[in-house]
Amino acid sequence: MSLAPEHAPTMARQSLLQRLEPHAPALLIAALALAGLALIPALSSWITLTVAGLAMGMMIFTIASGMTLVFGLLDVINFGHGAFISVGAFVGVSALAALGGGAPDADPSALSDLTTLALAAIAAMAATALMGLAFERVIVRPVYGAHLKQILVTMGGLIIVQQLIFVVWGPDEIHVARPESLKGAWTFAGAAVEKYRVMAVGLGLALFLGLRWLMRGTKVGLLVRAGVENGEMVEALGYDIRRLFIAVFMAGSALAGLGGVMWGLYQEVITAHMGGDIMVMVFIVVIIGGLGSVEGCFIGALLIGLLYNYVAFLAPKAALVSNIGLMVAILMWRPQGMFPVVKAK
Amino acid sequence: MFFGRLISGDRPGSPILAIVLIAILLGLAFAPFLFPGTRSLDTAARICIFIALAASYDLLLGYTGIVSFAHVMFFGIGAYGAALGLDGLGRGFGSIAIGAAGGAVAAAALAFVIGLFSLRVRAIFFAMITLAVASAFAVMVSQFSDITGGEDGFSFKVPRELTPAFKIADGKLFGVSLNGKLLLYYFVFTGCLVLFLALLRVVNSPFGRVLQAIRENDFRAEAIGFRVVRYRIAATCLSAVAAALAGSLFAVWLRYAGPDAVLSFEIMVDVLLMVVIGGMGTMWGAVIGATLFVIAQSYLREVMGALSDATEGAPLLPDLFNPDRWLLWLGVIFVLSVYFFPTGVVGRLRGKD
Amino acid sequence: MSEPLLRLAGVHTHIGRYHILHGVDLSVPEGGVTMLLGRNGAGKTTTLRTVIGHWRTSQGTVRFAGEDITAWPTPRRARAGIADVPESMGIFTDLTVEENMVLAARAGKPEGPRLDAVFKAFPPLRTFWKNPAGNLSGGQKQMLSVARAMIEPRRLILIDEPSKGLAPAIVRSLVEALRALKDTGATILMVEQNFSVARALGDSVAVMDEGRVIHAGPMAELAENREMQERLMGLSLEAH
Repeated sequence: MSLAPEHAPTMARQSLLQRLEPHAPALLIAALALAGLALIPALSSWITLTVAGLAMGMMIFTIASGMTLVFGLLDVINFGHGAFISVGAFVGVSALAALGGGAPDADPSALSDLTTLALAAIAAMAATALMGLAFERVIVRPVYGAHLKQILVTMGGLIIVQQLIFVVWGPDEIHVARPESLKGAWTFAGAAVEKYRVMAVGLGLALFLGLRWLMRGTKVGLLVRAGVENGEMVEALGYDIRRLFIAVFMAGSALAGLGGVMWGLYQEVITAHMGGDIMVMVFIVVIIGGLGSVEGCFIGALLIGLLYNYVAFLAPKAALVSNIGLMVAILMWRPQGMFPVVKAK
Repeated sequence: MFFGRLISGDRPGSPILAIVLIAILLGLAFAPFLFPGTRSLDTAARICIFIALAASYDLLLGYTGIVSFAHVMFFGIGAYGAALGLDGLGRGFGSIAIGAAGGAVAAAALAFVIGLFSLRVRAIFFAMITLAVASAFAVMVSQFSDITGGEDGFSFKVPRELTPAFKIADGKLFGVSLNGKLLLYYFVFTGCLVLFLALLRVVNSPFGRVLQAIRENDFRAEAIGFRVVRYRIAATCLSAVAAALAGSLFAVWLRYAGPDAVLSFEIMVDVLLMVVIGGMGTMWGAVIGATLFVIAQSYLREVMGALSDATEGAPLLPDLFNPDRWLLWLGVIFVLSVYFFPTGVVGRLRGKD
Repeated sequence: MSEPLLRLAGVHTHIGRYHILHGVDLSVPEGGVTMLLGRNGAGKTTTLRTVIGHWRTSQGTVRFAGEDITAWPTPRRARAGIADVPESMGIFTDLTVEENMVLAARAGKPEGPRLDAVFKAFPPLRTFWKNPAGNLSGGQKQMLSVARAMIEPRRLILIDEPSKGLAPAIVRSLVEALRALKDTGATILMVEQNFSVARALGDSVAVMDEGRVIHAGPMAELAENREMQERLMGLSLEAH
């Protein structure tokens, strides 16, 4: 406890810079978009790339938000998170196929298309949530509090799940057709904007707002935020934090599953190791956002998505490396990430 | 005693373990004569190299308590270093030395930078950042195909003395022809042995003991006055250099460098499995783990193939025992050993579980 | 004589490989304030943490309100009516004062006469109701921590060194608030190093040393007996 005297906070006059500082991460997105506008010759390419970047960012956010929440509350680094992405994609695509979505002779009406997609996404989320439950019980529970073992064991879990995907779905990659109404693009100011990307942006945005509301406006959200900071005290107030852990782990896994379906339809191909590949970007996002922070994760994901697409256009070979560069730059600026999360422990 | 000093006083601590280790040493030392044939010799050389690689990884994972997923990147840097040296400077031992030294320096520098960024804040960052950096590096290597040969990699010529065309003496010894291939094997064997003994020296030095103190309790180590971050970074650099040197040896053995052979994430997973199953925190664990693993890699598939055929007709089982699914079973063994035998095979044999 | 509200019998607690409590026997009668005194490292905080259930009992029993709660997990103990005001205060700094209180008022919202009592005791909490608790001063955080225990009817409140590190003026208002709490009939088990605070609030007292209770009795008896104070607690009291 500090020995600081009582004080009433006063609003001292702040310089513009000081007032902008807390919003710096969000402003970074705007700055990046503007830099892209300056460097990319044609406006139409810029629009296409920006939408692509936002879509990619939103999908990464969907996946990374689950991972960061799990870390924040459970203090678990889940290297097996990628497994849920792949499983989500495979289950979702299988469900889509079973429901007849994506088939050329399917009913072309948009509503039934989207309903099918929604059902497939729900199936994927349900499957990954259940898998999350099993993963938490079997793989993670014995190693709470031991980071080294967590990394090893969850990595082992990832290997096992990847191999099981091979067993169930076979070793080959599967090509996926998007539902009819999400194929093609709209033209806007001379730029082609893929429908699917717009949907991904909308879905990601809705998810972000929903998560924000959940975290700030509901008691469950309060409990999660409180638990991130001090789980022991949450228990001392009479709440069963174990149940909260399981719920959050399942929700995080389901989000990864949803992200897997979205990613699979985006790439139009799914493989058992797609989860592992995406995890590289998810890790970068989670680190630069600040481990445990949903807001940081959102902004970090958009930054990565935009930067990746801009650089891929300007200098294709440097795309992934530019993301590493961004991570290094942000860690130099804020070593704990953009939104460091307070831990009582 | 000379032998005691050679192994830095790090005794196996169990008679069975000592016998197994001596058997492995003798087996590898006389592999060309005991197990004639190209495939067995290749297996033996791989065992040598992976013992060195796993030992260098154990310095990080077992002794320092930090997980890196960039270890194979350093291995690859060493491999490409030696490969580029031989390719660019011509087939000579000097080219190997220069290439390997260049690779080792590059690996150390990269490890230093990564360590500086990620170990400063929290140790868990390191695992994630190394994974990201290693993947980016692998992508980069395939992209810069003018230098690296891209996805296909490139082959090159090793010194003439190390090729089958070079005859040491006419005739055969115990049915083995005395040619450069034999020399190449002993070149690799000696290199790995020296690397291993050097690592053994490091972990049994005062430096190694500080690393273990940090692993057990970094706060206390810091409180006693050790600069934890510096020690962690130093360990990272050292292990990167050792991995790079092992990589150089591997490239010379293969006479080839390519992403799948020296950079892939599968190798990273393999090394992780070797160290954990053999026993973290003891160099002898790396020996056991690497030996078991490489042999299993070569022969477990055959066993599984037999099982798969035997369960033909049963649902799912043939797929589970498909020889290509051997990693599934290793994954299961890996998870179980983290839970139940955190000290691995060596710990079991020493009875310290 | 009826059973005390809380009774520890022969309680041993290990933290990791350290053996901290060596057979604590402690009774806390219903109503009133029991002070837990003793040197640093005597096991006072460990005793409180064992009662709320953060540390498991390795031997012995903990009985609360006529039930054996030794094996109960922490949340169940809290729901049975034990409140915890830990030394670290356990404030959720990312949450507002209001949100902290919402979580504390498990059954409903923080409102009604109980909230009025909180605001009466701790006016700053009303002022900063919508502000993040992380922005509160140390004293205000301590107020919030105590307020969380007041917002719902609790049978037993565990308080660990509330006066630690606080300015005297704040300690006085804290003591007032705790006295008001005591007058509502709440039972309090409190660790306190500051003997004047302990004397002002305590009805009975237990002194710990080396993981055991070495003296238990009425506060008045100890307060009047200087020789007993010296013998039980040595010079540590004089420091305050």
